[in-house]
Amino acid sequence: MTGWLASFLNHPATYLKWGWFQISISNLIVILIMLALFAAAILIKFPKGRE
Amino acid sequence: MSTPTHEMWTARLRSSWQRNLPIEKLLPDDQPAYVASWIYVFGVATIAALGVIIASGIVLAFQGPAWYHTSDIGNFTNSIHFWSVQMFFAFMVIHLWGKFWMAAWRGNRVRTWITGAVAFVVSIATAFTGYLVQTNFDSQWISFEAKDGFNSVGVGAWFTVTNLGQMLLLHVAFLPLILGVLTLVHVLMVRRRGVVPPIDAVPANLEVRK
Ligand code: HEM
Repeated sequence: MTGWLASFLNHPATYLKWGWFQISISNLIVILIMLALFAAAILIKFPKGRE
Repeated sequence: MSTPTHEMWTARLRSSWQRNLPIEKLLPDDQPAYVASWIYVFGVATIAALGVIIASGIVLAFQGPAWYHTSDIGNFTNSIHFWSVQMFFAFMVIHLWGKFWMAAWRGNRVRTWITGAVAFVVSIATAFTGYLVQTNFDSQWISFEAKDGFNSVGVGAWFTVTNLGQMLLLHVAFLPLILGVLTLVHVLMVRRRGVVPPIDAVPANLEVRK
């Protein structure tokens, strides 16, 4: 792999820590994307189908 | 004495099938108006991701590790397999959230919920065995961490995470088969009962959208 993606992915994960709670940035990003997708699925209007 | 025709198991199976899942229910043209929401797309998105997983997995199986660990196109196919699993889980969990918040087990749909929940657990086992058959330091690390867990609950002799042959066969044969059957039953249950109406549905909203 080359480029920014490689520099982002090719090393041990960076962790965020609050007391007993810790999460890798990658996992946090995935969870945030899932929450955003869920919110979008509820909020964005579904295109009208056949009339 | 021969059994009367209507009592034969073939006749009983046929009539209960026709009663519960006639072809009109199995392949409907329309869905009620409330189904026109993006949240209902995540079940089928999960199926789509599963399709890509199975297709890329079949290619990996035919070509073998010497190909998917060394050649560019092999690595690419391996990545397709891995990333479609990531999407499969993301879609499945968003689907689960949606169904949880609409309490989609209402109206005799508990078996739809349960087949979904079991499919979730089996998916985790399938992904886990997948991580164990990478034949690299990652899989070695994961199996050596996991073996203590399985030994401590007493199943280590039977489910041996350091046994590559066992893990590979579970990953490519047994678990995908179980997951496929569960998914099929899950979707047939949805077809049988129809999509659950929203909690606050008024009768006018329940009409089929033409
Ligand atoms: C292998 C993973 C899964 C696949 C492929 C799958 C697929 C589907 C599909 C295609 C539908 C109909 C369309 C829709 O409403 O989205 C559906 C409905 C449903 N799913 Fe899943 N699902 C999976 C996992 C789950 C899980 C983990 C749960 C919850 C524990 C779940 C609960 C439900 C329920 C309750 C319905 C029925 C909703 C209704 O009757 O209106 N599913 N699923």
